[in-house]
Amino acid sequence: MSAATLSVSGLSTHIDSENGLVRALDCVSFEVHAGETFALLGESGCGKSVTALSLMRLLPPGGCVAGGSVMLDGRDLCALTETEMRQVRGAGMAMIFQEPGTSLNPVLTVGQQIGEVLALHRGLKGAAADGEAVALMTQVGIPDPQRRLREYPFQFSGGMKQRVMIAMALAGEPRLLIADEPTTALDVTIQAQVLDVMAALQRARGMAMILITHDLGVVAKMADRVGVMYAGHLIEEAPRGRFFAAPAHPYSRKLFEALPEGHRERGVLATIPGSVPPLTAHFTGCRFAPRCDRAWERCRAEAPQWHALEGGQRVRCHLHDPAESMRAAVQPASRSAAVSPARATEEILLGVRDMKVHFPITSGVFRRVVGHVKAVDGVSLDIGAGRTLALVGESGCGKTTVGKAILRLIEPSGGSARLGDKDIGSLSGSALRATRASMQMIFQDPFGSLNPRLRVIEIIEEGMNALGVSGSDAERRERVVQIMEQVGLRPELAERYPHEFSGGQRQRIAIARALAVSPRLIVCDEPTSALDVSVQAQILNLLQELQARLGVAYLFITHNIAVVEYLAHEVAVMYLGRIVEQGSVAEVLGNPQHPYTRALLAAVPRANADAGAGADAVLVKGDLPSPANPPAGCHFHPRCPLATETCRQEYPQARAVDGTHVVSCHLAG
Amino acid sequence: MNGFQVVVLWSDALLALLLLACGAGIAAALRREHLRRAWRAVFANRSAMAALVVLLAYLLVAILDSFHFRPALERQAAASAAPAQYSVEVLSLLDVALARMRTTREDSYSAPFATHAFRKRMIEMPDGTQQRDYPRLQFGGAQLADPAADRGADIARRGLGGAAAGLALWAFMAGALAVFVARGRREPVRRTLGAILGGNTEVAWGAFGWMLLLVLCAGGALFALSGGYHVLGTDATGNDVLYQTFKAMRIALLIGTLATFVVLPLGIGLGLAAGYFGGWVDDLIQYVYTVISSIPYVLLIAAASLMMQLVIEQHAEVFDTAAARADARLVALCVIIGAISWTTLCRLLRAETLKLRETDYVQAARCFGVSGVRIMLRHILPNAFHIVLITLVLEFSGLVLAEAVLSYVGVGVDPTTTSFGTMINNARGELAQDPVIWWSITAAFVFMVALVLAANLFADAVREAFDPRAAALPRRRRVPRESAA
Repeated sequence: MSAATLSVSGLSTHIDSENGLVRALDCVSFEVHAGETFALLGESGCGKSVTALSLMRLLPPGGCVAGGSVMLDGRDLCALTETEMRQVRGAGMAMIFQEPGTSLNPVLTVGQQIGEVLALHRGLKGAAADGEAVALMTQVGIPDPQRRLREYPFQFSGGMKQRVMIAMALAGEPRLLIADEPTTALDVTIQAQVLDVMAALQRARGMAMILITHDLGVVAKMADRVGVMYAGHLIEEAPRGRFFAAPAHPYSRKLFEALPEGHRERGVLATIPGSVPPLTAHFTGCRFAPRCDRAWERCRAEAPQWHALEGGQRVRCHLHDPAESMRAAVQPASRSAAVSPARATEEILLGVRDMKVHFPITSGVFRRVVGHVKAVDGVSLDIGAGRTLALVGESGCGKTTVGKAILRLIEPSGGSARLGDKDIGSLSGSALRATRASMQMIFQDPFGSLNPRLRVIEIIEEGMNALGVSGSDAERRERVVQIMEQVGLRPELAERYPHEFSGGQRQRIAIARALAVSPRLIVCDEPTSALDVSVQAQILNLLQELQARLGVAYLFITHNIAVVEYLAHEVAVMYLGRIVEQGSVAEVLGNPQHPYTRALLAAVPRANADAGAGADAVLVKGDLPSPANPPAGCHFHPRCPLATETCRQEYPQARAVDGTHVVSCHLAG
Repeated sequence: MNGFQVVVLWSDALLALLLLACGAGIAAALRREHLRRAWRAVFANRSAMAALVVLLAYLLVAILDSFHFRPALERQAAASAAPAQYSVEVLSLLDVALARMRTTREDSYSAPFATHAFRKRMIEMPDGTQQRDYPRLQFGGAQLADPAADRGADIARRGLGGAAAGLALWAFMAGALAVFVARGRREPVRRTLGAILGGNTEVAWGAFGWMLLLVLCAGGALFALSGGYHVLGTDATGNDVLYQTFKAMRIALLIGTLATFVVLPLGIGLGLAAGYFGGWVDDLIQYVYTVISSIPYVLLIAAASLMMQLVIEQHAEVFDTAAARADARLVALCVIIGAISWTTLCRLLRAETLKLRETDYVQAARCFGVSGVRIMLRHILPNAFHIVLITLVLEFSGLVLAEAVLSYVGVGVDPTTTSFGTMINNARGELAQDPVIWWSITAAFVFMVALVLAANLFADAVREAFDPRAAALPRRRRVPRESAA
């Protein structure tokens, strides 16, 4: 094998913080070869991004590389001066960041920003630079590059911005590309497009690439080799095939088991108890030992060494020490019994008919209405008591607006919603307040949904106070304790403030707040998308268990198909303010009829080893159109590979396929 | 002196109320963990603690100057049965403490530490002849037999004596502080004292202590010297300039703080309402503050305060003393300044509310049917309170300066009240004279700058501690590089 493009050995990074010295990286060693993709995998707080920043020497204030070496093409980067390092950044290695919205300067045109890199690293100016920029933009798949070169970042969609970022990163012709969660902020359909562009470019240029991600599906699609990080350590390294066939470290195995995909039997997901330890601590044994179900005394007393396995796999775990071969043979039972299915009733709890939410677009001094953004345009759905309906769609399709309009957080402009025997739309004042106890909401971001100035007990009590539930202080206090136990929080934490909790615990607090008023319907707005896989599993288990125990119905808003498979009974797929396909999970996911549903399902990266091979499935082109000016006819026709003349002319009526399966497509059936 | 009548002026009552509110605010802050943490960061800041000493010194003077009374007049023997008559002059505790400065009035200008008047005058010699010369001052250096020879030594002796007294007082206070801190730290007093003076305590007591030493020594020396001299000279009517500066401190502090009484409810109430309700409420409030802030503020205040003046003069019978009338004008000025300075706070709060209104926890509260007012008070205001605090401490110095400008233009405080503004206004003519009379404006300048500078330094520390964006940037510290593994 040729010499590695990048060779990292014993890299340690320390960051000085108010809570003490954070050992963000501790003796991390790996190599990346030309033309190879090395994926760094792990939960947040494990040191993936710090690795990237250490390689670029772009650490935050207070951070420094405390030891080890980084060799790029035989040059030791740690020994370079800052001036020399600036030459390496961009030309030697380049980086793509997670958030395309904030990594581009909004006041410079895209051409100027790409041109800056070209001028710095390749000395290209004027027409030569423009020509090269156009070539780069063509390579990353931006249509009409001549014109778009003169445009500003706000004129680009998220996926297009990320393509521009990639073009900028490639402008310096780097030997190594570091991509830090490059598609986490994008929708699945766009993510699939961007990943394809990256893979094609890497093949064409023979670049080395480090892909930082928490998504096993992305790893399966992109990586050649995988490195798993935990608490500042690299704990396992393996070629993709080996890794997906036989993950060696207990942590890697747990990551797989915690994935909800493909578990339609609605069993209990495996979770990893606890959370990643703070890196200010001093470790004696294995860092994962406190959360590992296979740990024994040796794990707590002695830090494990690297053990090489067959096929280029190596792992840092005592289980794979040849001296411990007895233990490795014993595999614990991975999955516990399924919970009893929720009470299936025919009673319709929530009935939404033809709901519309139109936001007026105004202009001029007198705020004249010149048009409407049709965020929700005639949505009808039913949720039975104790059932879960998943509302799926790309961001911007109006699914959150539907949830908020049902709760009257946004006033709907048309249609009706009935909860039980009450028409929510016609209620007002005290009647509306009384109904609010029956429907609650859980939000996406557990860090933004709790008031940082209130203690946990005040947060949970708020609903009871506002709705006048139960009388005396003691009773109320008792109820809070009961609810906290129900969601798996220790009651003595009630006096703490939210910032003392981890993301998963905060989401439990948010669930407790909603449960405190005994609702019959909870609107869950992407409640797990901000959480790590293992924590997501905990929350999904909790939601599942609460439904079985309390018979609460969920309207589950999500873009994560795997979660839908696991949790939902029925699915509704939304596109541009309208539901295009609806039915039971088995009907819709097993036999998708609408081209959009099919594309959505095809775009989801699957966490198995042969995912890379099947990448040539139908991908949807382009971006979501603006809901202010939806395309005539079927809204999906500009992106649909099967569109006919009829699709361009008239919007398809909903038609039943079989059973409860309904689809709005001219070509279906 | 035989008896007195307590006089409570409006501004005294308001200042007392303000101090009580501050006390309640501090008590509330101590209960809230995030506020306690932020204030700890303020008190760990050395320049903030040094500035705090200066602010407390000003506050002490202002408080002393806020206990007013009317001394009883000497009674005639024949009228001893009649009810006591009280002087029309209203005095304060500060006037009593500085009685020597207040009562030693010269004829006209005299330079700092002068023993002779500033201008020549015809004086009658002991032998009956008349001569044009600098006359001896009535009080300044009157104790000296031979001013030319003895003055230097006398000044040094008094100054050092005063400073020594200040030092002694400081030693006592530092000891008390050390005992207090040592109890909190549970360690020997001696070690705590070392830590304090070396600046090794969590709260920056070191900076506090050293600044206190400076203030006490300077204060002691000034006090001792003022017994024999006019330390900062006298003005046109022979009043001691140092005494005037002390009196001006209360006015400056009052304007700076009382105006906030008016600013707070207006700024917070309207800012939250505009941001939370939006729609026509927002439009209306925005129009109002845009209109107010587009009129030059001197013009607006001049108009309002001239009207107030007229009202006060037409109802002269309501005020039994000149001091009460001057005080009414001061309070009116505070209200007027406050009524037009709420726009900054309102604008900032509106913007923050617009942001907070969309947060998930406000949405969750709306889900529970919590009322709008309650959401504003419970969810929005506590999360926007850093803005209120930062704006207030930053505006304080602006208000002090505004008073100076307004009094200079002649629409500020009553001409009988001494403020930094009136002192500067008077200095207009003095600076045009030859030789120039520099001490009056210098005194006003130095004491006003000291106050504003201290307030700004403190405000800076408060902003740094409370501003969430400032907290996001960790302070740069050197990290020792460990040997490679």
